[in-house]
Amino acid sequence: MLRIECPWCGVRNEDEFAYGGDATVERPAQDASNEEWSRFVHTRNNPSGEHTEHWQHVNGCRAWITVVRNTVTHKISSTAPASPILPFADNMINQGT
Amino acid sequence: MHYSALSLVKQALTGNRGWTRAWRNPDPKKQYDVIIIGGGGHGLATAYYLAKLHGITNVAVLEKGYIGGGNTGRNTTIIRSNYMLNANSQLYEHSMKLWEGLSQDLNYNVMFSQRGILNLIHTDAQRDAFSRRGNAMLLNGVDAVMHDAEGVKKLMPHLDFTQNTRFPIQGGLAQPRGGTARHDAVAWGYARGADQLGVDIIQKCEVTGIKRDGDKVLGVETSRGFIGAGQVGVAVAGNSSKVFDMVGMKLPIESHVLQAFVTEGIKPLVNTVCTFGAGHFYISQSDKGGLVFGGDLDGYNTYAQRGNLPTFNHVVAGGLTMMPCLSRLRILRQWGGVMDMSMDGSPIIGKTSIDNLYMNGGWCYGGFKATPGSGWVFADTIANDKPHNLNKDFTLERFRDGYPLDENGAGASPKAH
Repeated sequence: MLRIECPWCGVRNEDEFAYGGDATVERPAQDASNEEWSRFVHTRNNPSGEHTEHWQHVNGCRAWITVVRNTVTHKISSTAPASPILPFADNMINQGT
Repeated sequence: MHYSALSLVKQALTGNRGWTRAWRNPDPKKQYDVIIIGGGGHGLATAYYLAKLHGITNVAVLEKGYIGGGNTGRNTTIIRSNYMLNANSQLYEHSMKLWEGLSQDLNYNVMFSQRGILNLIHTDAQRDAFSRRGNAMLLNGVDAVMHDAEGVKKLMPHLDFTQNTRFPIQGGLAQPRGGTARHDAVAWGYARGADQLGVDIIQKCEVTGIKRDGDKVLGVETSRGFIGAGQVGVAVAGNSSKVFDMVGMKLPIESHVLQAFVTEGIKPLVNTVCTFGAGHFYISQSDKGGLVFGGDLDGYNTYAQRGNLPTFNHVVAGGLTMMPCLSRLRILRQWGGVMDMSMDGSPIIGKTSIDNLYMNGGWCYGGFKATPGSGWVFADTIANDKPHNLNKDFTLERFRDGYPLDENGAGASPKAH
């Protein structure tokens, strides 16, 4: 069982989360070439070691988070909100802590 | 040594002291015509068919561990060719035909058992989809039979046939020629066959780098030194991204773990391979009596050959829904294998952007059944330096060019199968 620390809810079991895949893939510009779009849709780094990935706390606060996890040991080294700019972030932190 | 009833009798009368090793354990030579990276079933089959059908015998198979120690020994041994898309159907059916003669061809009993495979139907929509797939199979010369619930009951009487269950069984699509084989024997049989034809099988030899001169591969750096090669074939599904990273190529693949399980041995209960249609669960019974089953991926990128508890629970829940009588059985073993999950659920077999480097990977969790066919087309591709008609659609470029082999019609996803 992976234990993932949601930045909003604390440490929770993996089955509260849904996996969202590689978080380092960047969406190309609208007029980018077919190669670039194909890279975005299909190609993955798929590293053996540290992997930066998205998870959604789907059975919790439903927020997307970014997790750095080792794909060999499964050790999670950090978790953070997926987007540094959340419209409600200040509010939540002020009310929550 | 040729295996036969006569050799058994002869050895029995002489105290079984005359059996020889099934394959040699050679040191690597300086240079080979062809190097195959990966001593699993696919790599060994490729070497066997290169030597047997194309006369290329100066071949080495390099394996970082021991042969068959990866996914060849970590699957649920199911064999089928019940695909809908032409390219898949024809490749897997070619493989099925090779399976049907494999023990004789290799002079090695791979215990291929055509006990059939049955996909259960639980909804009207599923019956429509399975009818379509069954008809596509028939058009491609593959055997397919539609059963109603009564027909399914005759094949698998121990399923939950009650009508007040969440997903009542309405019928099933069967492929009677499907079945199972002894997975280790497949690796051993191909290894012995290739070795007898002169192929060097080099174990505990990990490839650490690929040496290149521009667009040409010169050979491979290994834990046992540099080995030169005219052509290099990569058959390391599960680790394809790692090997192709050595030449700076990124692939449309994620590595995921798939778990499988086996129960204590019991008397004959499951006489066909059966898959649940309302969840993801498949089961068969080994010749030793253990029920072998599996289900979904754990669902996140991993290279660890072990799974986690939530998926274990999920698989078992699916199994008990389909076949409640399993609930009293104890699970003896559980294991995980690392899969190349390609972005359309189909394999990648063919040439790469580097002239003499060939790829065979992206097998998702369907590689075992393809072992003979995969080796056969990969050997042909390497020998002729162009894809065979059977694997011409399984290119790397199909993703970019918009010709994915998307059996599920699910779009780009590393969780297709």
